[in-house]
Amino acid sequence: MIGATLVGIATSAIRLATPYLYAAIGEALGQLSGVLNLGVDGIMLMGAFSGFYVTLLTGHPTLGLLAAVGTGGLMGLLMAFVSVTLQAEQGISGIGLYLFGLGLSTLLFGMTVGTVKAVAGFPPTPIPGLSQIPILGEILFSHNPLVYGAFALVPLAWFVLNKTPFGLKLRAAGQNPLAADSLGVNVIRVRYVAVIIGGILSGIAGASLSIALLNVFQQNMTNGMGFIAVALVYFGGWRPLGVLAGAMLFSTVNAIQVWLQVQGVDIPSDFALMMPYVITILVLASMARRRIHVPAALNKPFERGGE
Amino acid sequence: MPDGLRPRRPASLLAQLVPLFAVLLAFAVGALMLLALGVNPWGALKALLQGAFGDLNAIADTIVKAIPLLFVGLGICISFRGGVLNIGGEGQLVVGALAATAVALAGTGLPGWMLVTVSLLAGALAGAAWGGIAGFLKAYLNVNEILSTIMLNYIAVYGMNYLLRGPMMDPIQVKLGFFIPQTARLPRAADLPRLVPTRLHLGALLAVAVAVLVYIFLWRTTVGFRIRTVGMSRRAALAAGIEVKRYMVLGLLLAGLLAGLGGAVEVLGVHHRMFTDGTAFGFTGGAGFNGIVAALFGRLHPLGTIPSSFLFGALLTGANKMQRVMQVPAALIVALNGLIVLFVVGSEVIRRRRLRRLEKLSAEGKG
Amino acid sequence: MMRKIGFVALVLVMVDLISLGAPFRVAVILPSTINDFAWSQSMYEALMAIQEEMGEENFQFVYSENMYVIADAAAAIRDYAAQGYDLIIAHGSQYGSSLVDIAPDFPKTSFVWGSTAQTFTELGIHNIFAYAPHAEEGGYVNGVIAALLTKTGIIGGIGPIKTGDAKRYAAGFEKGIKDTNPDVQVNYTFIGSYSDVALASEAARTFVNAGADVLTGTAQMTVGAISVAKEKGITWLGYDVDQSPLAPKTVAASIVVDWTVALKPIIAMIREGKYGGEILPLTFANGGLKLVLNDAALEGKLSPAEIIELKALVWETLRKIVSGEIIIEVE
Repeated sequence: MIGATLVGIATSAIRLATPYLYAAIGEALGQLSGVLNLGVDGIMLMGAFSGFYVTLLTGHPTLGLLAAVGTGGLMGLLMAFVSVTLQAEQGISGIGLYLFGLGLSTLLFGMTVGTVKAVAGFPPTPIPGLSQIPILGEILFSHNPLVYGAFALVPLAWFVLNKTPFGLKLRAAGQNPLAADSLGVNVIRVRYVAVIIGGILSGIAGASLSIALLNVFQQNMTNGMGFIAVALVYFGGWRPLGVLAGAMLFSTVNAIQVWLQVQGVDIPSDFALMMPYVITILVLASMARRRIHVPAALNKPFERGGE
Repeated sequence: MPDGLRPRRPASLLAQLVPLFAVLLAFAVGALMLLALGVNPWGALKALLQGAFGDLNAIADTIVKAIPLLFVGLGICISFRGGVLNIGGEGQLVVGALAATAVALAGTGLPGWMLVTVSLLAGALAGAAWGGIAGFLKAYLNVNEILSTIMLNYIAVYGMNYLLRGPMMDPIQVKLGFFIPQTARLPRAADLPRLVPTRLHLGALLAVAVAVLVYIFLWRTTVGFRIRTVGMSRRAALAAGIEVKRYMVLGLLLAGLLAGLGGAVEVLGVHHRMFTDGTAFGFTGGAGFNGIVAALFGRLHPLGTIPSSFLFGALLTGANKMQRVMQVPAALIVALNGLIVLFVVGSEVIRRRRLRRLEKLSAEGKG
Repeated sequence: MMRKIGFVALVLVMVDLISLGAPFRVAVILPSTINDFAWSQSMYEALMAIQEEMGEENFQFVYSENMYVIADAAAAIRDYAAQGYDLIIAHGSQYGSSLVDIAPDFPKTSFVWGSTAQTFTELGIHNIFAYAPHAEEGGYVNGVIAALLTKTGIIGGIGPIKTGDAKRYAAGFEKGIKDTNPDVQVNYTFIGSYSDVALASEAARTFVNAGADVLTGTAQMTVGAISVAKEKGITWLGYDVDQSPLAPKTVAASIVVDWTVALKPIIAMIREGKYGGEILPLTFANGGLKLVLNDAALEGKLSPAEIIELKALVWETLRKIVSGEIIIEVE
C-alpha cells in the first residue's frame, strides 16, 4: 500500500515536471547568454495551440510537435529581435510577448476550433524491457515520449553548456560580452540562437500538455506555468541539474498535495495548494550558503563598441 | 536597470515621439488582424477612443483603471531603481486589499476619516510586509526576488481564497447557503469620497500625491539617493559604505507598501468589499503586471509614470468598449496590448540613438 | 450625468414597450467563453434556444465573454444599461456587488445574476432578479448514479474552489452516495483554479491510482479530467451542459442546467412591468435541472438488467427530490 502510494506520487511528479523542465531549461539557456525572457508562458500557449491544431487537422502528433517547434522558434525569434537587436528592456518585452501569446492563442483557438475537443496525441510508450523493472520501471519507463524527452534534455543541456564550444560561447556572451566579443565570439548571434532554442523548448513545453499529457487545448491552459519555469531557473542557479532538482521538488510537493486531497486528508484545500510554492521558497532559503554564478550580463543589452 | 532608462533632459521632440509611432504601428498590425476577422478597423478604433474618452464617465473609468497601475508602478520605480525586480505586484495588491478590508470591517462605527486612514495604513503595511519578505529572502538568504515574488503571488491568492470562503466570508452568504466567496460590504464611512458624480474617487488624487512624494523621496533624500546608488552599482555602493542589503530590502518593502496601498485604495474606492474568483486577476485586473509596464514606459520616473498609467488605463478601458461595440473577441485586445508593449519597448533604441546623436552634435557645437 | 443616461434608457425601454414589434434585447456578461463546455456555454445555449423559439426579430442578444476582471464587468454592465438593453444578465456570483451600485441608476432596466438568492430589495432596489440553480440536487442524483456504477467502491470529485455551486454540488454528490451505499468511499478535491487543466488531469489520475472508477466535477478545467477518464476507461458524470460529446463512452450522465426556465418568466415579468425582486430557483421540480443519461456509456459498464435497475432507482430518486421527500442540506 505504502509502496504503491509512493510509486503513484513519483510517477505523478515526473509527469507534472515535464512542461517545467522543457520551459525552464530553455529559459536557462537564454538567461545564460544574457537574455531574461519573461514571455515563456505566452510561448508555451502558442506551442500548445499550434501543436494541438496541427494534430487535430492531420491526426499526426509528430507534425503537431513540429508545428510547436516552429511556432516556439518564431516567438523566440521575435523576442530575440526585440531584446537583442533592438536592445529593449528585457523584463518588459517579455511581458509583452506573454500578453501577445496569451491573446493570440486564445483568438486563434476561438476562430479555428472554437470548442473543447480532444486529439489523439502521443500515446504512453513504455520502454520495452526497462518498464518491466519492478517499481522503477513504472516510475521512470512507462511514460509518454515527450516525458522522456524532457528528462533526456537535462544531460544534453549540461553537455552542450559545459563540453561544447557553443556552450562556452553562450556562457561567455552572458558573463562578459565585451571580452567575448574581443575574442571573436559573435555575441549577437549567440544570443539569437540561445533565445530561439529557448523559444523552441517552451513551444515543446506547451505541446507536451496539449498533445501528450492532456490532449486538449483550452485558453490559458498553462495557467502561469511559464512564470514558475522562470522561477525554477533561479532555483537551479542556471544549472540543468539544479533546474531538474527544482522542477522535481515543485512537482513532487504538488503531487503530494493532490494525493493528500484525494485521500480525504482533512486540511483546507487552499493550504494544500500553497505547499509547492511555500516549500520551494523554504528549500531555497535553507540553502542560503550555496554558490551561485549569476550571468553577469543578464538583462543587459549588448552593443558592439557600446557603453 | 539599463542606463537608457535614466531620466534625461528633454531633447528633440521628434525623438520623444518615437514611442507614439510605435503605438501607431502596433495599431496598424491590430487593424490587419481586425480585417482578417472581418471587422472594420475604423469602427473599432472609434469604439476604443469612445470607450476611453467618450464622455465624463468614460474618462472617469479610465482614471479609475489607472490608479492601481500608478500605485504598483511607483513601487516599481523604487525597486527597479534599487536594482531589484519586483514581479510581486499582484500578490501585494491582494494582501493590501485583504488587510484594508479586515480593518475597515472591524472598525465599523469609527468616524469616516479615521476609518479610511487606518484601513489604508493597514493595506500599506500588509503590502510592505509581503514585499519585505521577498526583500529579506534576497538580502539575507540568497533567494532571488523574481522567484520569491512569483511564488508569493500564488501564496497570496490561495490565502485570499481561504479567507474569503472561510473566516472572512460575509455571514449572509452562509445563511443563504450560496457561499459566494466575498466579505460583507464595508461600512459606508470607509468609502473613499467620489470626486465628481462618476466612479472617480479620492484615490486618484492620493495616487498623484504619492507620485510626487516618491519623486521627492528618490531624488531629494539621502535614503532615496542610496537606493539609487545601490541600483546603479552595488560595488560602488559598497565602496561608498552603503549597507547594500538593507537598501535592497527597503526597495522591495517600499514597492510592496505602495502596491498594498493601491490594493487598499481599490477596495475602499471601487469595490467596497473583497471578493475572489479563484485568481488575483478578478480583483487586480492584472495591475500587478501592467503596473510594471506603465512604470517602464514612464522611464522609471514617478512623475513619468502618471501619464503612462493614464494611457494604459485608457487602452484597457477602451478595449473593453471595443469588445462590446464590435463584438471583437477580448483575446484580440490582449494580443494587441502585447504588441504595443513589444513595439514601444523595441522602438526605444531608435529614440535613444537619436538622442545620443543630438547630444554628440550639441557637444561638438560647443567644442 | 448618470441620471440623464438613465432617463434616455427609460425612454428607449418605453419606446420598446409601446412599439410592440420591437425586439426584446438582452446583454449577457460571461466570466469565461461561450464554448467552455460548462457554466458560460450553458447560458449561451439557453439564449440561443430562446432566440430560436421567439424568432430573431423578437429576441436579440449580445454578449461579452471572458469578463473575469470584475471592474471591467461592471463597466460593461453600466454601458449596456446605458444603451437601453431590456435585460442584462450578469452570469456569475462575483458580479452581484456591481449590480447594487449600477441598478439604482437604471430603474427601468432589469438585471439578473446568480447563483444566489439575493435581489437586494432590502436596499430598496427593485430591478434585480436572481437565479438559483440547486446544484446540490444535481450533485445528489449524480451521487446516486455513481454509487450504483462503482465496482471498486471508490469515487472521486474534482472542483475549482470550495464555494458557491461547486461546494453545493459536492455536498449533494457526497450525500447521494452515502444515502445509496454507505460503504462507498468518496473524496472531493479542490484544485484552486477554474483554468488549470493540468492539475485537474493530475487529480483525476491520482484518483484512478487510488482505485476510483467513477469521477465527477464542475467548472471548465474538468475537461482535463474527462480526458483522463476516457483514457483510463472509467466513468465521468458531468454538470452544467451535456458533456457526452467530449467522450461518448465515458460520460454516463450529465446534469444540464436549463437557464430558459429562469429567463422566460423573467422576460414575461419585464414585459408586464416588473423589473426585479424575484428569486428564480432552477430545480428538478421546475425543469431547470435536467438529467441526461447516456446509454452508450452505461452499456459499457452495466448489463441490460442493471441498467434498468439503475434507471428505476434514479427516476425514484428524482421523484423523491421533486416531492420533497429528499431534502439536501448544505453546510
